[in-house]
Amino acid sequence: MSKPWVSIRRLKAFGMLGMNCRNVDFINRYNQRKHFPLVDNKLKTKLLAQEYAVPTPGLKFVVREQHEISHIEQQLADLDSFVLKPAKGSGGKGILVVTGRQGDQFVRSSGALIDITDIRRHMSNILAGLYSLAGSADVAIIEDLIAFDDCFVGYSHEGVPDIRIIVFRGYPVMAMLRLATAASDGKANLHQGAVGVGLALDSGRCLKAAQFGRPIKLHPDTGCSLSDIRISGWRDILLLASQCYDMTSLGYIGTDIVLDKFAGPQLLELNARPGLAIQITNGRGLLPRLRHIEHMSLNRRFRAEQRVDYSMRQFAEESSAAQSPDAG
Amino acid sequence: MALIGMGTAVMRHLSAGTPFLPGQAKSVWLVEARVDFDTTGGPVSASLSLPDAHPPGFELFEEQAASPGYGFTVLGEGDNRRAEWTKREAEGEQSLYYSAQLVESDSDGASAAEPVFSSREYNNYWEDAQELAAKEVLGLARGKSSSPLSLTRELIKLLNSPSSQNAALLRSDTLGQAELLIHFLNRADIPARYVMGLYLEDARRRQILTPMVEIYTEQEWLLVNPKTGDVGVPPNLLLWHRGGVSVLDVSGGKNSRVHFSMIRQTVPAAQLAQITKSDSIFSRLGVQRLPIEEQSMFKLLLLLPLGAAVVVFMRVIIGLKTSGTFMPVLIALAFLQTSLVEGLISFVLVVAAGLALRGYLSRLNLLLVARIAALIVLVIFMISAFSIIGYQLGYSAGMTITFFPMIIIAWTIERMSILWEEDGPSEVVSQGGGSLLVAVIAYLLMQMPLFVHLTFNFPELNLVLLASILAMGQYTGYKLSELWRFRAMDDL
Repeated sequence: MSKPWVSIRRLKAFGMLGMNCRNVDFINRYNQRKHFPLVDNKLKTKLLAQEYAVPTPGLKFVVREQHEISHIEQQLADLDSFVLKPAKGSGGKGILVVTGRQGDQFVRSSGALIDITDIRRHMSNILAGLYSLAGSADVAIIEDLIAFDDCFVGYSHEGVPDIRIIVFRGYPVMAMLRLATAASDGKANLHQGAVGVGLALDSGRCLKAAQFGRPIKLHPDTGCSLSDIRISGWRDILLLASQCYDMTSLGYIGTDIVLDKFAGPQLLELNARPGLAIQITNGRGLLPRLRHIEHMSLNRRFRAEQRVDYSMRQFAEESSAAQSPDAG
Repeated sequence: MALIGMGTAVMRHLSAGTPFLPGQAKSVWLVEARVDFDTTGGPVSASLSLPDAHPPGFELFEEQAASPGYGFTVLGEGDNRRAEWTKREAEGEQSLYYSAQLVESDSDGASAAEPVFSSREYNNYWEDAQELAAKEVLGLARGKSSSPLSLTRELIKLLNSPSSQNAALLRSDTLGQAELLIHFLNRADIPARYVMGLYLEDARRRQILTPMVEIYTEQEWLLVNPKTGDVGVPPNLLLWHRGGVSVLDVSGGKNSRVHFSMIRQTVPAAQLAQITKSDSIFSRLGVQRLPIEEQSMFKLLLLLPLGAAVVVFMRVIIGLKTSGTFMPVLIALAFLQTSLVEGLISFVLVVAAGLALRGYLSRLNLLLVARIAALIVLVIFMISAFSIIGYQLGYSAGMTITFFPMIIIAWTIERMSILWEEDGPSEVVSQGGGSLLVAVIAYLLMQMPLFVHLTFNFPELNLVLLASILAMGQYTGYKLSELWRFRAMDDL
């Protein structure tokens, strides 16, 4: 095994982005405070996305007041499956996924059966701010359930796999696939134990994979080989991520995208303070790419298509070069 | 900015002669007595007993009184010195101040006064039953002793013994232990008198006098602690009132009371005088110009930037996780009041018990504000319980919990408990441990005499701290913890 630490010189050689540097040089400089609510509130993000014709899971309705909950079954009547989530939740907390019905009862993604009173209680917890940051009052969103894309079969434990793409000034700079595990309790957050799979920017192929900051080769629950992963329709996904820059005017964001079997890539949510673990799953630092974009003279008329093509070209051969030592 | 701070400090050093290092001189105690009373109308005169010019272990350096509109004189000398305030007409609540600067010295300060009392002076103080008990106690003590001093010790032992019925009978009287002892000594023909002492502790406010007893034997007065029987003047005890009638006399007022604030200076006395008297810009802007009650507060306040700088350093450069940004500084401040080990133990106890109770609250599905309010009530209950239990078990340490800021504790518990639910106990331990580690480091720095001295006497040095905080705020390098976090990069 290796040392329990890595020298500063090595980190610099990798171009790793540290927390201080991310906060001072990128978030403080490129993300204006006034735009933060757009991404911290999923409802606002969703409405904004509809405005810009960015596909997101369809919004069914919103519960804002406690008294609406008492007659909620009428509104749920024609929905077989749906997702109930808090607008200001973070880290995947408070999300209730209903995949079907059995008589009067609802079937959760885990297979457990719940009835309408459980749903009511969950809704009033959301409204009371149980899942929101700092406990402020919140609203509950009911939206369409994502139909799993078949390419992920065997790669996820309960939760939906999502693709995190860091977008800097409109240019995708790094991507990873996040797979829920038993350790992460079906959530796709890396610090909770989800598997992160680094994706090559030009092809959507697997580069490396890591869980809890250590490299792995197989999914810990299903045993599927992670290096076989290749995302189809990769360019469309990058395109979707890149459009989020025009939508929010935030310079440095993490976009979370899911793949729907029928509707294709959908924007799930945005993050104005994306984590740093993506660098481990890619086996490379963000800094060289960020500095490259930063020093580039930006062509404001560039549309998302052009930016994505530039990123796929510019960051492509680097990616495959980084992958080659791993092959052996 | 650092330069300005340093420069000002150097100039202050040169012009006012404030030394850079503590302990270059004997410490100077500034003691301030504050007399409060409500007037009853008509002329007012207040008279406060003052310490001798050479009380044991100290040397009176300077004294002054501040009381607007009052005439002030110091009467008498030696043990009978008194401060007199007089005014023709006064209304409402009155506050009179007397402050003295005392230098620690080696003088024994023996009182020259001959005992003026005649041993037959005591009156028939006790009722019959008590009289009998007293005789028996005295007889017992006489039998075991050979000199006035040993008799005194035996008496204290007997009076303290919990099993003796005689002692219990006498103690149940309204008399304090000191007065009781004096009655006994007088009866045994040993000259004794009632003394009031003040325990000097740095930056204390609202202190009161402690009753002590002096006995006259072999041509000198010996101080005896009526509670423990210890003989001699403890080094931090200032004998405020020796002999004379009463500590405080007020005519034309009621509800009169006196309490004391004190602070220790590490500046040489002569220079201190120069600082407080001279009119240079530095002396005007020095904290020493403030009343002593405020000064002792500033002593703490001026230490805060140091703690804040420690927090910034630990979070930005080291990358330690703490719960609540500046909670560690507040804990460190509380540690300054308690002491490290006691503070740590009581803090961990309260937070752990709070977490257990919070577990129950979370099942009630309360709103956040109500939950925290409930937690505050519970925290106060817990702290009272700990104090009472601690006191009953004989640990005064239990009382020190009250120095912790309640609201902060309640918030800490709330945060920790959310953390527990969301990220598991390991995260609670890591963040809680991080907070405590930062608090301990901040405490260790804040209690170092050098830093206490520097921040108090050179407030401008905080500019240097500010500069370093700003510099750290722009640091974009790696945190120490990231070297561990990204360790996998080496074997990818």
